[in-house]
Amino acid sequence: MSVTEMFSYIQGFLSADQDVREDIRKVVQMLEQTAREILTVLQSVHQPSGFKEIPGKCAKARELFCTVRTHIADLKTKFPVEQYYRFHEHWRFVLQRLAFLSAFVVYLESEALVTREEVAQILGIEVVRERGFHLDVEDYLAGVLIMASELSRLAVNSVTAGDYNRPLRISNFINELDSGFRLLNLKNDPLRKRYDGLKYDVKKIEEVVYDLSIRGLAKEPESGLDK
Amino acid sequence: MSKREGEGCPRKNADAPQDRDGSGNPSSPVIAVFKVFQQELDTKHDKYERLVKISRDVTIESKRTIFLLHRVTSVPDAEDILNEAETKLDAVRQKIGQIAEELRGEDIFQFHRAFTPGIQEYVEAVSFLHYIRHRSLISLEEINARLVFMRTEKGLAEAQPAGSQVLTFQVTPSDYLLGVADLTGELMRMCISSVGNGDIDTPFQLSQFLRQIHDGFSYIGNTGPYEVSKKLHTLRQSLGKVEDACYTLRVRGSEIPKHMLADVFSSRTALMDPEEGVV
Repeated sequence: MSVTEMFSYIQGFLSADQDVREDIRKVVQMLEQTAREILTVLQSVHQPSGFKEIPGKCAKARELFCTVRTHIADLKTKFPVEQYYRFHEHWRFVLQRLAFLSAFVVYLESEALVTREEVAQILGIEVVRERGFHLDVEDYLAGVLIMASELSRLAVNSVTAGDYNRPLRISNFINELDSGFRLLNLKNDPLRKRYDGLKYDVKKIEEVVYDLSIRGLAKEPESGLDK
Repeated sequence: MSKREGEGCPRKNADAPQDRDGSGNPSSPVIAVFKVFQQELDTKHDKYERLVKISRDVTIESKRTIFLLHRVTSVPDAEDILNEAETKLDAVRQKIGQIAEELRGEDIFQFHRAFTPGIQEYVEAVSFLHYIRHRSLISLEEINARLVFMRTEKGLAEAQPAGSQVLTFQVTPSDYLLGVADLTGELMRMCISSVGNGDIDTPFQLSQFLRQIHDGFSYIGNTGPYEVSKKLHTLRQSLGKVEDACYTLRVRGSEIPKHMLADVFSSRTALMDPEEGVV
């Protein structure tokens, strides 16, 4: 094979590769759009009026996740399934956002940590790599960490809205999450960087809880009963 | 691990007493889930580290092979050196076999970054050897064809029926391309040293070959991976040096009577000084 032939073969491969990336980028853009819409719906829980409508907002967000599922189904058709990690960078960011959004919805509904299986189900993808388009564990964890900072904000705003018990529940939840993350041996990667921010969220929520406790606004026995 | 948890506890206790149950309790669902994640992440990181290590070994051995091959120009019996290089590359291939073993059943691209430097270096070495032997560019298929490994030990026990014994490693086109870009630097060095040894044919062959590769890279342009554009710059410099060397040879060659040529080129200093003057 001559040098010229070899290079035109490689060139053919490269341009095919670029076409695939182009296709992926288009779908990912739509996914990002939908993710922003969901975020907008969920953001309104920070409004004082939004506190009463949390179930309604969640239902609306769940509806929008249907669109996400169709987009992801579309995305799956754009590249060979065994080359997931070759193009991973393209959807990593949006997948983390979506993991965060599903975790947030599940928390608002049931005040529990979403499992990786649940996220996968909400997004219409797999958990195990062998079975197709899946949710990487690091992306899931990143999504959970984004939720933690959203919850620290929610703790502040729930006090403003007059809900004094929620911060206590959030505090329990975040502390549990924090001790969960302590179990992980993270490398010096983006996930680790994000995890380093978790302590500030924990701190902020603890301050809110402290403020409530010294003013006697948090009713200890009641929150004890909740548990 | 327990020590780290211990550090966290007192701080939490101060604010929310009931926390102690939540964070310390190992049977809590969140903790249980994170233990699974811990295992999964550790397994992944360990595999990555192992691959990095193998890749380093591949790099070192390939570099040594390249140094060995550079001796070809100054030694009367080139065949010995080529055979020795072949043996060295066989050892490198065994190492790549280990990479293939690690990657069995995995997504190659998940760990690609761990071993890409080694593979590029291997491509460089193997294509250099191929060039010295055949004066042509090794193709991607030829490289991949030699990266087929037979494994008999553990493969039998596994569920996969046929494919378990034969392992292949596929060099990606990008790795191939980057390896070939590195090759041009070696060719440049080979050209200069062969001039020093009085070999006046090799530089012309090399400059022609380098020009072809350069044209190939210009054809690919910026559609390739990001690193290609960086290497293209170095490639231009190498090509420039080789072309200058050929130019000098031609100019000096026409001035000096044929019977004296050998004397002029047999000593390195004799050439290197006038070369400076011409440029």
